[in-house]
Amino acid sequence: MDFKADHFVLFGIKPTFRLDLSDLDSRYRDIQAQVHPDRFAHAGEAERRLSMQWATHANEAYQTLKKPLERAKYLLHLAGHDIQAESNTAMPPDFLMEQMEWREAVMEARDGGDHHELERLHNRLRNDISARYEELGQLLDDKAEFALATDRVRRLMFLEKLLHEIDDALASLEE
Amino acid sequence: MALFQIAEPGESAAPHEHKLAIGIDLGTTNSLVATVRSGLAVCLNDEQGRPLLPSVVRYHADGSTEVGYDAQKNQAVDPKNTIVSVKRFMGRGTKDIAHIESMPYDFVEATGMVKLKTHAGIKSPVETSAEILKALKARAEAALGGDLVGAVITVPAYFDDAQRQATKDAARLAGLNVLRLLNEPTAAAIAYGLDNAAEGVYAVYDLGGGTFDISILKLTKGVFEVMSTGGDSALGGDDFDHRIYCWVIEQATPQPLSLEDSRRLMMRCREAKEFLTNNPEAPISLRLANGEMIDVKLDVATFASITQTLISKTLQPVKKALRDAGLRPEDVKGVVMVGGATRMPQVQKAVGDFFRQEPLTNLDPDKVVALGAATQANLLAGNKTGKDDWLLLDVIPLSLGLETMGGLVEKVIPRNSTIPTARAQEFTTFKDGQTAMAIHVVQGEREMVADCRSLARFELRGIPPMVAGAARIRVTFQVDADGLLSVTAREQTTGVESSITVKPSYGLSDDEIAGMLKDSMEHAKEDAAARALKESQVEAERMIEATEAALAEDAHLLSAEEIAKIRATIAKLRETAAGDNRRQINIAMDDLGYETQAFAHRRMDQSIKKVLSGRKVDDIKVGEEGEQA
Repeated sequence: MDFKADHFVLFGIKPTFRLDLSDLDSRYRDIQAQVHPDRFAHAGEAERRLSMQWATHANEAYQTLKKPLERAKYLLHLAGHDIQAESNTAMPPDFLMEQMEWREAVMEARDGGDHHELERLHNRLRNDISARYEELGQLLDDKAEFALATDRVRRLMFLEKLLHEIDDALASLEE
Repeated sequence: MALFQIAEPGESAAPHEHKLAIGIDLGTTNSLVATVRSGLAVCLNDEQGRPLLPSVVRYHADGSTEVGYDAQKNQAVDPKNTIVSVKRFMGRGTKDIAHIESMPYDFVEATGMVKLKTHAGIKSPVETSAEILKALKARAEAALGGDLVGAVITVPAYFDDAQRQATKDAARLAGLNVLRLLNEPTAAAIAYGLDNAAEGVYAVYDLGGGTFDISILKLTKGVFEVMSTGGDSALGGDDFDHRIYCWVIEQATPQPLSLEDSRRLMMRCREAKEFLTNNPEAPISLRLANGEMIDVKLDVATFASITQTLISKTLQPVKKALRDAGLRPEDVKGVVMVGGATRMPQVQKAVGDFFRQEPLTNLDPDKVVALGAATQANLLAGNKTGKDDWLLLDVIPLSLGLETMGGLVEKVIPRNSTIPTARAQEFTTFKDGQTAMAIHVVQGEREMVADCRSLARFELRGIPPMVAGAARIRVTFQVDADGLLSVTAREQTTGVESSITVKPSYGLSDDEIAGMLKDSMEHAKEDAAARALKESQVEAERMIEATEAALAEDAHLLSAEEIAKIRATIAKLRETAAGDNRRQINIAMDDLGYETQAFAHRRMDQSIKKVLSGRKVDDIKVGEEGEQA
């Protein structure tokens, strides 16, 4: 058992995109119950340091597997398909057009203080994202189509960011 | 295997011996100390049977100090030298402190943190807080009759790194071994949750004397998981006093008040605030030194209206914390009220209206934090109590970031990340032949560096000259379980490393602490060298105990040779610790640490493997329980 072992091995689960989140939660808690610094507050220096490293590692692994986008990126990384998020931003023009329309709609609703419209955009996007994760599950778990999955993940990165912006706009309207 | 579990006579630490550990609520207005006795958390009272210690320190000209009720009683006599609400100054510069103009102290701006000029000399808030901690430590030692293995000290969840580090420094100055800095709302949740075997999502609304915290926690079987936290580390009951004070001045328009009168009036305002909890109207009257009389009446409705903005100021962070947790008010199963200021009816009403439910107030809001801290201290000290085996997963309250081009902040660790946590980020040089790089660490949510708290600046030197963009500098942030940050930077291609614990830019250096420690010892006529020796001996004892306990459990992970080596190192340490050479003791401790490194690794691996394999035999566990029944 070492830090180089992959996150799925750490939690003792199969490396799949579709996973049982409540099972992951309980495995995470079981591991923290063993390695957390609170378990070693009265131990020697070496054990305390080690416990901090392990607990840090378990937190990072859990955060990566818990969020679907991060989990998908991680699975692609394990399969040798890195996203190259920063160096490779070329996206098909129709997708970019669609993005621009979304953004305009969000900006308009935000500037007009239209809470209702922002909620509507949020829900629409949420549904769109869910459907895309369904597809991603098939590509990764059933078909092993990693190249296509990489493209879908890049799109989802745009959409998640957009969803975040809508949430921020909603939050600033509430304040 | 069993052979190694037999300890030699006199060598075994009694495994069931109860270790003395305390929990301290170091509050803005009042502080408390609690411990677990016969399985029950209790507050330790002073000789007059009072659990609270007012967080007031008076400095006398001869350098002696008075802490608590006596100092509080005399605060109007000697306001310049009687420090109240010192917690508001911890890790803070003059520009961070609200109403600084109406305070009677002589402030001295030092790097990062203010200092106060008293007639006993210039005092750092860390030293003043240490006086309060010393008084509580003495109280605990007298009550428990023995040496303390350590203390859990609570801090507002919303305290940033500077404020946490200052608190830990104060504990060190007071001679306390800090087992953990624990967030106040989390401490309250422990006291509350364990008492009620609660499950579900809870909000802890903690309005203390000078700080406000909101934490959203998920309680599931034995796990307290903080989902999000928020607050205002400069908003509390004091501000309500101040609002009353301003209102009185408006009503009565007296001549400008002297420092003494001003402090006296502030005390009357506080009394009025407390009186209004159970009465419709409070009289506020005071004869000033010049004979003039202030005599006004404040009713509940007026009090509510002049403090309304303060209450809505607390609801902003509540909304934000819920949003961060991805929850709505109706998802919250219970709202726990903590802190004396939550006794105010208008606060309870506003919180009740927001969450659409009656807040929970069945535990004393003054004591609940100290009781939770004591419970946690008991667990951390290694007093296993069987049934109360729980796990606490807390978060960092504010994002950590680095300054990038144009004074912008690049976030490295987002707020509400579960601690301990670490994140590495890579940077590069932007000029040809650049050999040094400045790193500026900040904390906060804003986009501009100027709007965030500066934690540390340091420089990575010795980068080999390369073309711009060729160097790869990896900066690693590590936040430990106390919520404290350390940063290391390394140039990847050559391995040049620079490491700091984030301290220099605001706080006290180790030298300054050593100096303060020496001063306070001189005054207490305590021998600094004797105390340092004693500390090393206690630490050595603790280490021996921990190692022996580990050997008793897991000797099978070691070869006979390794066991012999560890045993010999323990024997050496025990022998050295019996003497009075502190340096030798520390060397012997380092040796034992070195010899047990591999052992520690194997033990950790074993326990993780055990969890994973235990997973597949869930049905067997049920069978075992069945047999016991």
